[in-house]
Amino acid sequence: MNRVRLTTPLTDAVVEQLRIGQQVFINGVIYTGRDAAHKRLINLIEQNKKLPFDPKGQVIYYVGPSPARPGRVIGAAGPTTSGRMDQYAPKLYALGIKATIGKGRRDSAVIEAIKQYKGIYLAVVGGAAALIARTIKEAEIIAFPDLGPEAIYRLIVEDLPAIVVNDLTGGDLYDQSINNFSIT
Amino acid sequence: MQKACKRETSSIGRDIIQQLIMNANIASTEQVPICQDTGFTVVFVELGQDVHIVGGDFCEAINEGVRKGYAEGYLRNSIVSHPILRKNTGDNTPAVIHTKIVPGDNLRLIVAPKGGGSENMSAVKMLKPSDGIEGIKKFVVEVVRAAGPNPCPPVIVGVGIGGTFEKAAQLSKEALLRNLGEKSKYQDIARLEEDLCKEINKLGIGPQGLGGRTTALAVHVEIFATHIASLPVAVNINCHAARHKEAIL
Repeated sequence: MNRVRLTTPLTDAVVEQLRIGQQVFINGVIYTGRDAAHKRLINLIEQNKKLPFDPKGQVIYYVGPSPARPGRVIGAAGPTTSGRMDQYAPKLYALGIKATIGKGRRDSAVIEAIKQYKGIYLAVVGGAAALIARTIKEAEIIAFPDLGPEAIYRLIVEDLPAIVVNDLTGGDLYDQSINNFSIT
Repeated sequence: MQKACKRETSSIGRDIIQQLIMNANIASTEQVPICQDTGFTVVFVELGQDVHIVGGDFCEAINEGVRKGYAEGYLRNSIVSHPILRKNTGDNTPAVIHTKIVPGDNLRLIVAPKGGGSENMSAVKMLKPSDGIEGIKKFVVEVVRAAGPNPCPPVIVGVGIGGTFEKAAQLSKEALLRNLGEKSKYQDIARLEEDLCKEINKLGIGPQGLGGRTTALAVHVEIFATHIASLPVAVNINCHAARHKEAIL
């Protein structure tokens, strides 16, 4: 299957075209965020405060990178388990986040939010952290530096390979693929 | 991995295994961790009973090693000091240290950094003795099925059977220290390992949960004596980055 090249920020029109199983290359700015950063983002939302970045059309990558060696952009940067961000994700999709990137299943509330707000959930290969790091061209901490690896980074990526797991029709690639291969 | 790639019938599964092999090569040549989750540092100590450690603080010495190793190796600090307050300790300490006193005059240290994603998918269950081997198989397969794509399959499954609640959990972690595919020394347990691996690979989860035959690369089972009332079973899942290294002082 041909990979589709996506450039951030993403629009409804782009997201509407994507279906589960579609392989994509992501290009442009994306933001990192995992457990502790999400907790803080949601606190900011609940207090009606401004987020550290404008969420409209943006992409959040669930990752806590390892430190960069001198002269390098970043260390290893593979995905973390997305399910731990499930209780936060619907609020962020509601604010205009178009895509989240991670690994593993999403719960029904996230799948519903993806349908409702025209979003997408993408998986990258868990554990392919050195390979993925090569696609990251710039990295800068923009919020919560005290969280260490859980700080929010603004990344610029070139051809980050990912696959669509949940789309706005409600499809789930994991269910479909595992059913195809299970022997019962 | 190469063998698994040849056997895998899913084309996306093969593609993912190839990416993981490529990742390992890049990690090695560019000195980047194979996975950004460089783990909780779990240290198994086998202290020879004729060794006498003089002065200092043994556990603190291990923690100092962790501190230095993680800083000098550019490894990620993934530990928070309090499970509810959750402030990063900033140096990946403290380590989890398991110490055993053994005959001899050596000090053996096995370091096994353990990633959080696969650890989270692990489970312990106190079965009834009447559940027997079928109950054990059912539980182990169910834990792997429920984990699905989350622990970064292909995984290595460590199983501890017997002992007490905590002993079973520790056995399941020790099972992961065995070299990949090395069989149990007990014939019946080696057969159980094979059966479990076959059953798990029928689940269809495959590499990264995107479908395929390679869900587990191996199942390792460790056993211990247990109480007449009990059949504890623990399942500790390890992602494909099964890192461990030992040194004898």
